This record gives sequence, structure tokens and C-alpha cells, in this order.
Amino acid sequence: MWDKFVVELSQATQEIVRSVAQFLPRLLVTLITVVIGGLAAWIIEVICRSILRLVKFDRFSDDAGASQFLRRTALPSSTELLSRFVFWVAWIGFILVGVNVLGIVGLEPHISKLVAYLPRLVAAVCLIFFGLLAASFFSRAALLAAVNAGSPSPKLISSTVRILITVLSVSMAFEELGLAEQTVLIAFGLIFGALLFGLALAFGLGGQELAKRFLEARFAHPTQREHEDELSPL
Amino acid sequence: MAEESILTDDFLHELMNVGEVDLIVGVPTYNDAATIGQIVQAVRAGLVKYFPRQRAVILNADGGSQDNTQELVRAASINDLQPAANPHALRTLHSISARYGGGPTSGRGLYAILGAADLLHCSACAVISADSTNIEPEWIAHLLQPVQEDFDLVTPVYHRHKFDGLLVRNLVYPMTRALYAKQVREPYPSEFAFSGRLATHLFGQEGWVEEAEQDGAKLYLTISAITSGFKLAQALLGSKTRAQNNPPADVVDALREGVGPLFFSLDHYPAWRSNVSSEPVPVLGGQPEVTLEPLRINRKRLYDLFRSGVDELSPLLNSIVSQATLQELQLLASRAEQDFCYCDELWVKTVYEFAASYHRAVLNRDHIIQALAPLYRGRAYTFLAENRDSQGEEVERNVEALCLTFEKFKPYLGDLWDGRR
Repeated sequence: MWDKFVVELSQATQEIVRSVAQFLPRLLVTLITVVIGGLAAWIIEVICRSILRLVKFDRFSDDAGASQFLRRTALPSSTELLSRFVFWVAWIGFILVGVNVLGIVGLEPHISKLVAYLPRLVAAVCLIFFGLLAASFFSRAALLAAVNAGSPSPKLISSTVRILITVLSVSMAFEELGLAEQTVLIAFGLIFGALLFGLALAFGLGGQELAKRFLEARFAHPTQREHEDELSPL
Repeated sequence: MAEESILTDDFLHELMNVGEVDLIVGVPTYNDAATIGQIVQAVRAGLVKYFPRQRAVILNADGGSQDNTQELVRAASINDLQPAANPHALRTLHSISARYGGGPTSGRGLYAILGAADLLHCSACAVISADSTNIEPEWIAHLLQPVQEDFDLVTPVYHRHKFDGLLVRNLVYPMTRALYAKQVREPYPSEFAFSGRLATHLFGQEGWVEEAEQDGAKLYLTISAITSGFKLAQALLGSKTRAQNNPPADVVDALREGVGPLFFSLDHYPAWRSNVSSEPVPVLGGQPEVTLEPLRINRKRLYDLFRSGVDELSPLLNSIVSQATLQELQLLASRAEQDFCYCDELWVKTVYEFAASYHRAVLNRDHIIQALAPLYRGRAYTFLAENRDSQGEEVERNVEALCLTFEKFKPYLGDLWDGRR
């Protein structure tokens, strides 16, 4: 009886030791992967930052008005933000690879899914970032065009353009992430449709005279200008 | 953009058929069928009358017209002229029309003519605007003869109404004069002439090829000639009127053509940093006069557009001009119409701050130019109000005072450029 107990205990101990002996190298590999991954991610971040500085990405960001938005929200510059984002994506990628090496049963499918999801996350962040840039650029262009044309509500036009482009880019990002696709699609359709319908009503009913004048000036008498423009500037 | 894309094979083929010439008169066009016949007739008459013994070609550089502009040029022949116009004409007068590549911009049209002048080894080349319907044959002589004598660039001066060319009077002329130290009255000329030397110098220049994409290339040509030390003259051509079917340029377009290249040139020609006083450029054929016919102008609209512009664009202007200038502009926008005065100093500081912001590209450069439009309208309002009852001499005195203010504040631009302010 005692002998059997000792044998079982010995076998159990050997199994534990074997398991630990099997696990420890994997843990070591995981830790090495995480550390080397962190180093590699840092190198990638430095390279990314250098490239972005070389191509004057901040100027491009200034140009599109994204820097102002980042400053208002107390975020770092576009170059810094994008570099840090690249660092984290790269490091998380390495960490997931490292965790996968541990061979924990049941965790592998989830890790595979997470790794497969990373490119979509990057694409979604890019969509939002460039969407905000485009929104800022086109809303400013609309504001300037409306002011120079003497339109009555330049800020309304500019804000409408900004909201439309932002809503569009956020919807696209959500669709890319696969989050509440149907809900986002319907919500986007409703907001977009309501906005355009509202603008059409406001222009047609509320601004009948304005609409009439605008259309007349645009199509009926294309050469008729205000007196200011009768003076040749050049 | 490669120059090959502007000088297409067809264009070069047309030039090769002509061979070497002494004179070229270039007419850039784009859908100008209504006026091109009249222009070509006047140019022909001028060449036959004043240059009968020279090999000459009328070159229509077309941007892709759809209204038979090119056919009208090709249809014109020497037989159209009255035989009595010149019984001594000894040379063939070619009239060719060719389409340049890359789409219609005045910059590409001008670049194509520069290329033709270089390739055909001409001694002088004049460029005539297709909407100058009051052109006289004498214009050709007034432009080309000084080039044949000694000068490299001949720009025009016109008898103009005191309220015509407000952007030129209030910004383009004074600022060009202050920066590049030459008193060229029309730095953005509709008609002008240049020597073969200047054409060869400019054709293929890297900065020029880039600028050839733009519509303000004529201003860039003037600045290039000044900064490269070419010999300049101005020729009195008479009165300047526009074709009836061509409305005046939109203010924003005019700023893009007239101010954009001027700001752009600051990056490419550091010669403006030297502190040299401006010197006059000889005017040949008499002095221009300021005409004073009564004109009904809606000044109120200019005032309203200035006020709404400053109000709506304040956050944008905050990135372009200094805090002090913005406060002065906001104060100005709050004043009643009768107290409104956008004085010379504030206007000059505003323009220089815009130029420095354009250099640093604090925003999209086209947006910076567009943001200047409401402020220009405010300045135009003040100019119109100040000179409402003025005679020609007084208008000229006011323009001269503005020029001197631009020159006085030139160090201010230098400080802005170097980031010292």
C-alpha cells in the first residue's frame, strides 16, 4: 500500500517536474520574444518617426488642420502619435506570438483571431485619422469658398461638410472592425439622409429667395456679376 | 512636369515646318474664337507694316479649344490684308496654330511660346493676350522694337481708369517693387515682349517648369527677368479694355494668379533680402495717364464682405497673421462704414504676414491665398473711398505712398522670414 502510494507520488512529481521542464523553456522563449519584440517595436517606431519627419508629415497634418485638432485634445503631434501607434501594434503582435508559444490549450484560436484582427484595427485607425484630415481640409475649403462668395451661413456649410465626412469615415472604420455593421449602416443612412433632406428643405422652403437668386445668377445670367467684380483686379 | 508634356510632337512638328525666324508673336488661347480673328489681323498688320524685312511667325499656342479658335487662326492668310498696307513685304509671314499638352493654363501656353522662341532662335518674341480687343498694329512695334534694340523684357503701361487694376495698384506692383527693387508698373502683363536670350535662359529652368503649371506664370517671368539682371523697359501701348464677352477675373482667381506666384517667388529668389532702394524702369512712348470717367461701384458690398470675412475666418486668420494684426483687423471690422480705414501700414503688415505664413505653409497654401480675399476687399474699399474725388496725380501720389510703405516695412518681412517675430 505504502509502496504504491510512494510510486504514485513519485510519478505525479515526475509529471509535474516534466511539465515544468516543458513549460519553463517555452516561458523563457515567450519572455525573450516579448523583450526582443519590444526592442524590435522600438526600432520600428524610431524608423517610422524618422521617415515621417523626413516626409514632413507634421506639415501635411498642419496643412489639413489635424494638428489643431490634436492640440485641442491635448494629444501629441501627428508624427509622434502615429509612431507610438506603430510601436504598440508591433509589440502587441510580438506579445501574441510569444503567448502562442506557451501552447496553452484553448487560448490558441483566440490568439489567432486577435492576430488576424490587428491589420483591420490598423486599417480602422488609418480610416479615422485620414477621415479627420479630410474633414478638416474640406470644411476649411468650404468655409473659405462660402465666405468669399458672400454666402449667408459659411460656418453652417463648413460644419455640415465636417460632420458628413467625419460620420462617413467613422462608419467606414466601424465596418472595417466588423462592429455592429448593420446598426452603423442604418444609423449612417438615417443621419446622412436626414441631413441632406433637411438641407434641401431649408434651401427650398426657408431660402426660396436665396435659391431663386442663386439659380438665376448661376444659370440664367452667367455673366451678370456684382459691381465689385466689374472692377478688374489685375 | 516634364517639358515634353507641354511641347507635344504636333507642336514641335509645326515649329519645324517654320524653321528659324527673327520674330515671333505668340497668342495663347483657349476658346477665344470670338476675338482671335481680330487679334491675328492686328498682329499681321503690325508685322507687315513695321517689320517687312524680317522673318516672322504668328504662333497660336492653344490649350484645347472646342470653338474653332485654331481653325480661325489657320484660315487667316496674307491675302486678308489690304495690298496697300505694305508693298515692300519681302518675307513669308507664317501663321500657325498648335495645341500644347497638359491642359489649358496660361502658364503652359506661355511656356510653349518660350520653348518656340528658344527652338526657332528668334531675336524677339511678343506675347499678346487673346482678350485685348483694342489692340492696334502699333502695339507690335512698341513691344518688339525695344527688344530688337537692346532690352530683354518689355512690359506694357496703359492709360487705365483710376479704379481699374486695384489688386495691381494695392499689392502686386508695390510689393514687387519693394522686394525686387524695380519699378515695373505692370508686373503681371497682358502683353509683353522678351528677347531670345531671356527665352533661352528661362526655358528649361527647374523652377520655371514647376511654375509653368500655374496661371500666374507671367508675373513669375517678370520676377525671373529682374532677379537674373536682364535689361527691362516699359512701353506705353494705349488704353486697356477687356473683351465684352470676358467678364473680369474673380477676386480669388486674381489673387491666385497675381499674389500666389509673388509669394512663391520669395522662396526661389533670395535676392529680395538685399536692402536696395527701387529704381525706375524707362517708359518708352510717353507716360501713362489715369482716366477719371464716372463709375458706379457698390462699395458697401466690399465693406460687408470684409466684415463678414474677418468675423467668420478669425480662427483661420489666427494661424496666419500675428495676434496684434488680428486684433487690429477685428477692431477695424467693428467700425462703422464712415469710420472705416484700412490704412497703408496695417495693409502692408497684413500682406507681409501672409507672405511669411505662405513660406512656412502654416495651412494649405491655396487656403492662405483665399483667406486674403476678404482683407483685400477691405483694402479696396479704403482705396475707393480715399480716391473717390481724386484727380489722376493724387491717385498716383497715394499709390506712391503705399509703395514707400511697402519698402519701409521690408525689414519686417525679413524678421518674419527668419522667425524673429
